[in-house]
Amino acid sequence: MSLYHPAAAVAAALVAWQAAAAQPAPPARPAADTARRASAPGAGALSVPNADPFPSTYAPWPSRPTVIRNANILTAAGPVIRNGAILFRDGKVVAVGASVETPADAVVIDAAGRWVTPGLIDTHSHLGVYPAPGTAAHSDGNEATAPVTAHVWAEHSVWPHDPQFPRVLAGGLTTMQVLPGSANLIGGRSVVLKPVPSTSVQGMKFPGAKYGVKMACGENPKRVYQNRGPATRMANVAGYRAAWIGAERYRRQWDRWLEKREGEPPARNLNDESLAEVLRGNILIHNHCYQADEMLQMIDIAKEFGYKIRSFHHGTEAYKIADVLAREEISASIWSDWGGFKMEALDGVRGNVGMVFAAGARSIVHSDDPSYAQRMNQEAAKSMASARALGIAVSDEDAIRWITINAAWALGLDDRIGSLEPGKNADVVLWSGHPFSVYTRAERVWIDGALMYDRTNPSRQWRTDFELGYGPGRTP
Amino acid sequence: MRRTTWSALASSALAVAAVTVAAVALPSASRAQTIAITGGTVYPVNGPKIENGTVLITNGRITAVGAGLPIPAGAARVDATGKWVTPGLVVGGATIGLAEAGGPQFSGGYNDARARGTAGVSASWRVWEGTNPASTFFRKNVQAGVTTVVQVPQGAGWIGGQAAVLNLAGNTIAEMLVKAPVAMMASMSPEAAGAASRGELLARMRAVLADAKAYGARRVQYESGNTRSFALPKQELEALQPVVNGTMPLVMGVDRASDIRAALAIGREFGLKLVVAGAAEGWQVAAELAAAKVPVMVGAMSNIPQSFDQLAASQENAARLRRAGVSVILVNTGPGDSDAFNVQNIRQEAGNAVAYGMSWDDALRAITLAPAEVMGVADRVGSLAVGREANVVVWSGDPFEFATSAERVYIRGVLQTGESRQDELMKRYRTPGSPGWFERP
Repeated sequence: MSLYHPAAAVAAALVAWQAAAAQPAPPARPAADTARRASAPGAGALSVPNADPFPSTYAPWPSRPTVIRNANILTAAGPVIRNGAILFRDGKVVAVGASVETPADAVVIDAAGRWVTPGLIDTHSHLGVYPAPGTAAHSDGNEATAPVTAHVWAEHSVWPHDPQFPRVLAGGLTTMQVLPGSANLIGGRSVVLKPVPSTSVQGMKFPGAKYGVKMACGENPKRVYQNRGPATRMANVAGYRAAWIGAERYRRQWDRWLEKREGEPPARNLNDESLAEVLRGNILIHNHCYQADEMLQMIDIAKEFGYKIRSFHHGTEAYKIADVLAREEISASIWSDWGGFKMEALDGVRGNVGMVFAAGARSIVHSDDPSYAQRMNQEAAKSMASARALGIAVSDEDAIRWITINAAWALGLDDRIGSLEPGKNADVVLWSGHPFSVYTRAERVWIDGALMYDRTNPSRQWRTDFELGYGPGRTP
Repeated sequence: MRRTTWSALASSALAVAAVTVAAVALPSASRAQTIAITGGTVYPVNGPKIENGTVLITNGRITAVGAGLPIPAGAARVDATGKWVTPGLVVGGATIGLAEAGGPQFSGGYNDARARGTAGVSASWRVWEGTNPASTFFRKNVQAGVTTVVQVPQGAGWIGGQAAVLNLAGNTIAEMLVKAPVAMMASMSPEAAGAASRGELLARMRAVLADAKAYGARRVQYESGNTRSFALPKQELEALQPVVNGTMPLVMGVDRASDIRAALAIGREFGLKLVVAGAAEGWQVAAELAAAKVPVMVGAMSNIPQSFDQLAASQENAARLRRAGVSVILVNTGPGDSDAFNVQNIRQEAGNAVAYGMSWDDALRAITLAPAEVMGVADRVGSLAVGREANVVVWSGDPFEFATSAERVYIRGVLQTGESRQDELMKRYRTPGSPGWFERP
């Protein structure tokens, strides 16, 4: 299994790397992972809801204790640490500060004043489900055959050999939520992935991450289903409500049965199963919604059925209801500068991220795009500049949160990733300069303490199966 | 508050008034005075940078550029100490002014960047004639330092229409136009030509170009019906004359290295003034492009193999082409409607080109003078050379950096003021929960 560019000059390194890949260290799974597999198989063949039927097989790559010193560190958890240091080992951050203890077996990197941040996190990706090249054969992101398809799971569409995965990794991205598309009112389950080489999607799944369910407002569903309905926004809303009514009934039936586990269980229904898990609080709602008026309606629907919206996505009008988002504790996964490209995006403004931030809500810069996802730091920088132009005081420490810890919160993973604090996963990026400069590039990227990308070392530059024989390595 | 020029106006009513006055009075206002921008670091692009330089604008044109210039009496002085001064940015390919809020089939806005054509040919289509001078997209991009665009059709046929160069200010299309037409747009896409394969497309392309040549040589006979039949109607053959005469650039959208070679071969065969656009695999044929003196319009952020024609896509493409001696025009390839709503992201494109190996000076040239030269308007825009239209930007710093703002933007010598639609929206909602729907006393 040749995962990497087999350049002769790096053959030795490659062999070591491949051997490491072939015999990964046992995964250090968080406790939450096993806890979640409450209805794991083994006690018979009975299939019940809330199982984890496609468990993560991801294991961190082998790593060595690593110290980066003489670095400017944006931890996303406090003030910038100038000329500081970070130690990580066994996949976890051990210490961050002005100085750290250097274990005898540590790899020591002198950052020489360069910058370190947490690995970046994207709450809105379609990598793998809309891979490159954009072929019809791999166009697997929208199950546009019915307006409510909560039974489909994005992970079953993910092509692990999408060459966009190594590209976002090279941009410093270490975690992404891959969502179904926005054709449907309820489009299906999302999956949280790490951009790592794997022959399966299971090998990329973030262990223990909650699922999300994608909902979509507005133009897309009513355009896609204009001939069969919903053809209007009022039918969109009727469609959401009908789906939740069904899910409530399903949840009651199953909760009753699960309590006693006697007699014939209710029939399983994958659509309602996903939605019932939302109502139980085990799956997070990620709601594609551009307009403020629609977001306010979606909040009312969530209250009617007793679930929470974790994040509004795209929200080009989030700035119009920033105070509501703050009050309701709904994060805003939004772009730095998109707008104007359709009616519901007409009011997009560059101050959106900053205005949501200023109101005390969780601003998140998200991508929805494989090019953007390679440059999340640049997009955050744009938003910071736009906020400052409005007179909003935004520090580097604030802006880094938009692409790290706030995104981690939206995925329910802020206890594990999104900041550089002791005990957290060692997802770390070493940048060539200030991360908010256009000239800066990610130089090295660690995931769970393992060096997964090194700009200067071809043996640490993953090329997917697809790219073998093709791609930039092909010389004229 | 950095963008003082844009946010200082107290009310939207004032802003609207300023827009109207500035646009209507553009010619006379620009003749009324001399403006002296002093003390800044001036990047004229047609020559080396000038520390503590002065740019003199009179009658809407650049009248002097240099260090230690005498300032004419009565000149309005603009202190640019600590600032960077460049020509207005020229975005090498954009649909701004043609499309807003999605097309009619998508979302219900307007999209005049498309054509139906005849058998995939719309050579007679003068794209700029559909421009909406009232598009709200102009002001926000002017504020960010873009003064000029090469306006092109979007995914039109394989011969897709005539491009124009426009300044992004003016009440009418005529006021906006710098020059039209400047180029014929084309695409080596078999689908666009209704062909089933590359080979069939090339055959069709040769047939059409040969028809155009034959028509041009026998116009009189054509009118009396004494020529062989041609596949295209008269107006299309007529529109192709400057292309087959080699006087108007034919901008060919093409990505795969072997297809670029095929385009170069067609260009030689018919004596075309070829420009290659897209060029995802351009770096693999950089030497051939340079030898043929064929300029390339390329992005600096497009490293994804989006199709089997782009498998060698590389973020170093633009820099490698430039190093090989190719004239490079940087165009927007980033997401987020960077063809229209966000043409200002050309700055990010240029910055990324530098991050991936292009010199800073070359990157600035690629978004100013290079597109002006290739489109035949370098005597009008794209540099701060004497006699050029005074499209000038005073920046707070390096124009490619995100933290930098365009503090003053002049188009034809007129300071661009007033708020954009986006500014007005932000001002209205700046106080969460209590939008300023009415002016408060």
